[in-house]
Amino acid sequence: MESTTPGRFGPFGGRFVAETLVPALDALERAYTEACADAEHEAERQRLLSYWVGRATPIFHAVRLSRAVGCDVWLKREDLCHTGAHKVNNTVGQVLLARRMGKPRVIAETGAGQHGVATASACALLGLRCDVYMGAEDVRRQAPNVQRMTLLGARVIPVESGSRTLKDAMNEALRDWVTNVEDTYYCVGSVAGPHPYPTIVRGFQRIIGDEARAQFLEANGVLPDAVAACVGGGSNAMGLFAAFLDDPGVELVGVEAAGHGLGSGQHAATLTAGRVGVLHGMRTYVLQDDDGQVVEAHSISAGLDYPAVGPEHAWLRDSGRARYVAIDDDDALEGFQLLARTEGILAALETSHVLAWLRTRGEEAPGSRVLVSLSGRGDKDLVTIGDALAAKAGGR
Amino acid sequence: MSRLTAALTQAGAAHRPALVAYLCAGDPHPDTTPDAIVALADAGADVIELGVPFSDPSADGPVLQRASERALARGTTLRRALDMVQAARIRTAVPIVLFGYYNPLHARGAARVAAEAREAGVDGLLTVDLPPEESATLRDPVVAAGLDWVPLVAPTSTDARIARAAEVATSFVYCISVAGVTGAGGADLARAAVRAQAVRERTGRPVALGFGIKTRDDVARVAPFVDAVVVGSAIVQAMHEGGIAAGAALVRSLRG
Repeated sequence: MESTTPGRFGPFGGRFVAETLVPALDALERAYTEACADAEHEAERQRLLSYWVGRATPIFHAVRLSRAVGCDVWLKREDLCHTGAHKVNNTVGQVLLARRMGKPRVIAETGAGQHGVATASACALLGLRCDVYMGAEDVRRQAPNVQRMTLLGARVIPVESGSRTLKDAMNEALRDWVTNVEDTYYCVGSVAGPHPYPTIVRGFQRIIGDEARAQFLEANGVLPDAVAACVGGGSNAMGLFAAFLDDPGVELVGVEAAGHGLGSGQHAATLTAGRVGVLHGMRTYVLQDDDGQVVEAHSISAGLDYPAVGPEHAWLRDSGRARYVAIDDDDALEGFQLLARTEGILAALETSHVLAWLRTRGEEAPGSRVLVSLSGRGDKDLVTIGDALAAKAGGR
Repeated sequence: MSRLTAALTQAGAAHRPALVAYLCAGDPHPDTTPDAIVALADAGADVIELGVPFSDPSADGPVLQRASERALARGTTLRRALDMVQAARIRTAVPIVLFGYYNPLHARGAARVAAEAREAGVDGLLTVDLPPEESATLRDPVVAAGLDWVPLVAPTSTDARIARAAEVATSFVYCISVAGVTGAGGADLARAAVRAQAVRERTGRPVALGFGIKTRDDVARVAPFVDAVVVGSAIVQAMHEGGIAAGAALVRSLRG
């Protein structure tokens, strides 16, 4: 499956960055490799994952949801992680790495704010300074997470350029890093960006899949027929998929955001409707116009509102190992409500996309066993959801 | 010897660094970019670096970000930038280097970019986000078309990476004065110039120094050590505020 060139996934990935950053990426790769081989460092990471994050998270057999959608659904409860989403698995790993590298300052980009909150929390825990870049539009629609970051001692820097969302926050974080590369660690939040980030973040997130695979086997004696997760940059999906790549009988399904619909031009379905390009240091699928200008993504969920995708997903798509589908804003809202009323869980809007897809799955493969990454909880989205439901009720 | 290398050699014969003047294609206006190229050359620019605007200029500071946004808002594309070069080429022999990000070039296709750039009268390419290990796909057809390839060397570059940059260079090596984005302030230019001189001695390639060079004094400080100086944000800002004439006036003052 993996290409022989380091940092490549088939023809995707690589390191398309300004020369200034290449030595820093080399140093990061070395530090990661050394840290992985250092038993003491790994023990500390495991200790924090167990006692601070609260791992292992359970898998939950969603019986009433299964009845409603027509397939047998098991939920991997990443929403129960400290800080409310899977993002913290990665930030614990990376902020430990920052400390090991002697960097006193950590920067991050964030969309929904979950990665920002998780980075701010890990920095508070380990005593590092933290600055978070967040698109001004996202600052507005994810206000509770902005407040959380601030209370955790981080500085939230609103980004006013471009579409004022996640991609622009990442541009600004790259500009900061290139300027302050000596004393600053850039904590990327997804399996995206230049090598080695896609590999590092997958490495820290694969605990989702490793745990879930063992838990599912223990409960059922067999592997699931399919595993599914939402895909923006794609870190929770990659973390889940990683444990099943060598199980050919397990279908891998990524669910992207179709926004207002694929035909509307306002969506974030990069793998479904994008073309191969280069953005944020990686060769991958990108939403772009014919002239190679990146177009603005749209999704009701800030965490999926990104016009590129992690390069390993691009390769899993092209190689046929995984497939990717798209769910629009309205269906995602229904997915949210469905889980709330059948299982008593408020899911994040990002996660709600994969919940909505389960109806399709139930029709295509009735009764099949599906393991879903419930990547985050929905508290941060209550205002957005309330507004959207009110607009729908008003016959928008 | 390419027209680009010749420009540096000629300036060197006059005991001064070549002046590389940057402007963004389509800014202040697509219709007047050919005039701007000619005016900057007439004012004393030895080389023109023409920025191809991109939606996500992650290595640029605010001045060049805004220029890129204005140019895109006025419909500038890579193809139109090449048309601007072609229009200017009839009127001036100044070497022109396209400066930009990879994705617009990738979208058009490497072979097509090389052919069209040559046809338009472009002399070389500098692509910010293509370090040597990623550059072969574009560099090979560009060099095969007879154009120059200009790599970047940063303050963070190791000796091995400087050597690698020199291998892919066909004319000069562009040394960045400071770890940062374009238009960065606070560069220690004296130190940067000495570092650039070391790159020249180690690689045998001519060197240009850029990022944070804004005034005649800045140019004078680095002049003894480098083959060329690049001035970008200062010219873009001058033209944004005072039109092409203001850009040309700045170039004249930089030449002294």
